[in-house]
Amino acid sequence: MNIFYPIELLASRLTYSVFRIKSETVLAESVSFFIFDTIKIMLLLLVIIFVVSFVRSYLPPEKIRKILSHKNKYTGNILAALLGIITPFCSCSAIPLFLGFIQAGVPLGITFSFLVASPMINEVALVLLIGLFGWKIALIYVISGLLISILSGIIIGKMKMESLVEPFVFENKINANFKLLKMTRRDRVIYAKNYSLEILKKVWLYVIIGIGIGAWIHGYVPADFLAQYAGADKWSAVPLAVLIGIPLYSNAAGIIPLISVLTEKGVAMGTTLAFMMSVTALSLPEFMILKKVMKLRLIIIFASVVGLGIMITGYLFNLILK
Amino acid sequence: MNNQIESIQVLGSGCPNCHKLFVTTQEAVKQLGLEVEVEYITDIQEMLNLGIISMPVLAINGQAIMAGQLPSVEQLKEILQEGLTEDEEECGCGHHHH
Repeated sequence: MNIFYPIELLASRLTYSVFRIKSETVLAESVSFFIFDTIKIMLLLLVIIFVVSFVRSYLPPEKIRKILSHKNKYTGNILAALLGIITPFCSCSAIPLFLGFIQAGVPLGITFSFLVASPMINEVALVLLIGLFGWKIALIYVISGLLISILSGIIIGKMKMESLVEPFVFENKINANFKLLKMTRRDRVIYAKNYSLEILKKVWLYVIIGIGIGAWIHGYVPADFLAQYAGADKWSAVPLAVLIGIPLYSNAAGIIPLISVLTEKGVAMGTTLAFMMSVTALSLPEFMILKKVMKLRLIIIFASVVGLGIMITGYLFNLILK
Repeated sequence: MNNQIESIQVLGSGCPNCHKLFVTTQEAVKQLGLEVEVEYITDIQEMLNLGIISMPVLAINGQAIMAGQLPSVEQLKEILQEGLTEDEEECGCGHHHH
């Protein structure tokens, strides 16, 4: 039984009875696709962000730092990537996170595992992936994202890149064992409510525009139209997708609905995955901000290692998911 | 026991949410009629030294009481009023700052 069936019913009711669009036309199909996807995604966003942020109130970055400062590599990298999933990320929080982790003695490689996973695997992207691509693709995305975060962190850790971090970072030492702020159950619910509404306010327009353009393409662009440009046999499509994704970070919420339709029109699944990962994990504003705490060379190494991981994932799934 | 609010700080990097919290806190202070200046501290290191990573941070008398959240004016008024009346009863761990 499809849990979204009532929404499907509502969408077709609205399309045919309220808007009185003639059934079996391209327009009718596009409109009901748009209504259905918009309602489904908004509901999923509201519920999942609320649940994730409630859980997150038990694991704030301060607590994560405490956990990670006691871990050795490998275990530390794995934990950092996992904990990165529930931590929200914006480019302005990159610096405090980086300083706060390093100064409290979290190793550089483990800090990077966290810095990669946190933006790459976030609940908004996850909701959109589940809602538009289904559970299987969402799970593939999460597992590959975790592997890329863990391995990038291990590689950077092995390369001993501490000399490429600005010296002032190490001048200050912080004790990781600070007492955590107290929160009552009620505080947590209020936090989760505020946070979900804040995110929804931030992304709803992008999501609707993304789904809107998607609905239009869904109806009016022939299937397989893009296969000749970005099908699985087009090797150059993967690196190109990664490059295009780098400057698009702030619009991740609008881009995922859009590319779900591009996939429908013939873009290979691996290329799509690589594109989404690049949009979320590699962000130009973040690189520019990180310049304050590390040398350009380290940023380039970081971006290359992650970018390479994303490309390998893209090629791999272009081969597997035919 | 001194439960007076002597100073209020908003700390962060100067991010949009940090500034929003600063403005909201000023408004809450005004509505409560408190005679305290709200300090806006954008040196990240000061926030990190308080043991906090999540921005923005609200601190009363130099002690962080909330982090990574953007409460409404009403919620802030409640928090500040709690700060005014809260006594030793629940804690007893002796956090005295002068």
